[in-house]
Amino acid sequence: MDNFLQQFCQQLINGISLGSIYALIALGYTMIYGIIKLINFAHGDIYMIGAYFGFFATTQLGVGFIPAIIIAMAGAAIVGIIIERIAYRPMRNAPRIAILITAIGVSFFLEYGMILLVSPQPRTFPAVFSPTVYHMGPLVANSQQLVILISALILMVTLSYIVNSTKAGKAMRAVSFDADAARLMGINIDKVISMTFALGSALAAAGGVLVGVYYNSIDPLMGMMPGLKAFVAAVLGGIGIIPGAMMGGIILGVVEAMVSGFLSSTFRDAAAFGILILILLYKPAGLLGKNVREKV
Amino acid sequence: MLRVEDINVYYGAIHAIKGISLDVPDGEIVALIGSNGAGKSTTLRTISGLMRPKTGRIMYDGEDITGVPAHKIVGKGLCQVPEGRHVFANMTVMENLELGAYLRNDKEGIAKDMEAVFEKFPRLLERKDQISGTLSGGEQQMLAMARALMSRPKLLLLDEPSMGLAPLLVKEIFNIIKEINASGTTVLLVEQNANMALSIADKAYVLETGRITLSGTAAELASSEEVRKAYLGG
Ligand SMILES: Nc1ncnc2c1ncn2[C@@H]1O[C@H](COP(=O)(O)OP(=O)(O)OP(=O)(O)O)[C@@H](O)[C@H]1O
Ligand SMILES: [Mg+2]
Repeated sequence: MDNFLQQFCQQLINGISLGSIYALIALGYTMIYGIIKLINFAHGDIYMIGAYFGFFATTQLGVGFIPAIIIAMAGAAIVGIIIERIAYRPMRNAPRIAILITAIGVSFFLEYGMILLVSPQPRTFPAVFSPTVYHMGPLVANSQQLVILISALILMVTLSYIVNSTKAGKAMRAVSFDADAARLMGINIDKVISMTFALGSALAAAGGVLVGVYYNSIDPLMGMMPGLKAFVAAVLGGIGIIPGAMMGGIILGVVEAMVSGFLSSTFRDAAAFGILILILLYKPAGLLGKNVREKV
Repeated sequence: MLRVEDINVYYGAIHAIKGISLDVPDGEIVALIGSNGAGKSTTLRTISGLMRPKTGRIMYDGEDITGVPAHKIVGKGLCQVPEGRHVFANMTVMENLELGAYLRNDKEGIAKDMEAVFEKFPRLLERKDQISGTLSGGEQQMLAMARALMSRPKLLLLDEPSMGLAPLLVKEIFNIIKEINASGTTVLLVEQNANMALSIADKAYVLETGRITLSGTAAELASSEEVRKAYLGG
């Protein structure tokens, strides 16, 4: 294998594992947008909260990786439900801009609330896996990358199952398509919205724990950049479209890895936001979005 | 079965319904006719809990349901087929019907009703795995009605079921409404097609700019000079 190809495949592995984290966060963005048309700018901070839940579960309770990720997901789900209940629900009929500003407020509240609570110091996420390195010919993947990939895959398959094949999932799709019609079916949209926040927050929390495992370091502002990137991923795939968020996340991760690998990692973020500009210019509905299907 | 008592409904500052009272007796078809913007849809939306009246009362089955949220009203056997069908266009025909039965847990009963509904609407059976956004307007209307039937309504509110349909299809839909009523479901039917509505209704109300201006048996209204002039084309 020549050098270029080897480098390409290596960056593909790195990109897909980074991308699956973006995808996990992007899913929450897209689900929440799908259901209440809110860009939840606090979503990246839920991911941070999830990472801290995972951190305290491993360090204080001494549990292993799987219980830690489950605790983090459950904790973040509850936080997500509370945020919706307290901050967004009273604003349900307010102008969009007001809700958007509320979301930004919630984001600051979570970031600086956590700084107050756990200090701004980065924490070292305990190594829950022995760092094994696997060699596949000239390519290397480490155990963390595999864990990220497998966990993200399991979560996405589970989410697809919930959304496509369960009654609750059907209710979610119904509310997101036409809330009034859904109410006429007897669907309690408040409950469905809570459930959507719970699911979206749980996925972001899983992403937070996985990043903790991958980079070993977490801090209260860690959600800002990945939050924005995941937003780009959701827009890239078509906001409101679940498979779009998965696809957008992976593509974004791979592009970033390629840019860091072949150009320079200083261009990484520029590439991500360049993608956002391109998509907004040429395909504003996203890769999987149909062009302009505004409801009447 | 349903009694609407002097309701007033607003959209912000717009006073859309100005003191309407209606009586829908058990087992009948009651028609509510009126031209565009008269407030027919608003009346139905208020009855089914999508909107709240500012004043007045809605009694259903001996119970005051004023201000009860829409999703709870469906469970009481009052179901609305909204204007413009509002099928879940991104889902299959089957999924739409399953959503119609959302509040029910009796698997066998649901399966049986599904069969009954397909018998009533054979076109839906042929298309049961089709995405419903690709159905024709008439088929979507049938789906919207079938979906409502899946909740086993005692009272069915229909908002302009004939809208945008070819005459032959309108006839078919109206026949089905008669059938549904004959099998024991009370119907409150909103229509601009006054002719058709009066031909199947027992009783009717005429609504004009938020007020009831006429009411009586369908036969009385059909022969009334005023109604003939305004709604029946002469
Ligand atoms: N969402 C809304 N916001 C403000 N005003 C509204 C709204 N919906 C309806 N209206 C007003 O309320 C009045 C009654 O409307 P409604 O839709 O109930 O009429 P309708 O009799 O159903 O008419 P159509 O036959 O055209 O369906 C109209 O004057 C309309 O402009
Ligand atoms: Mg109307």
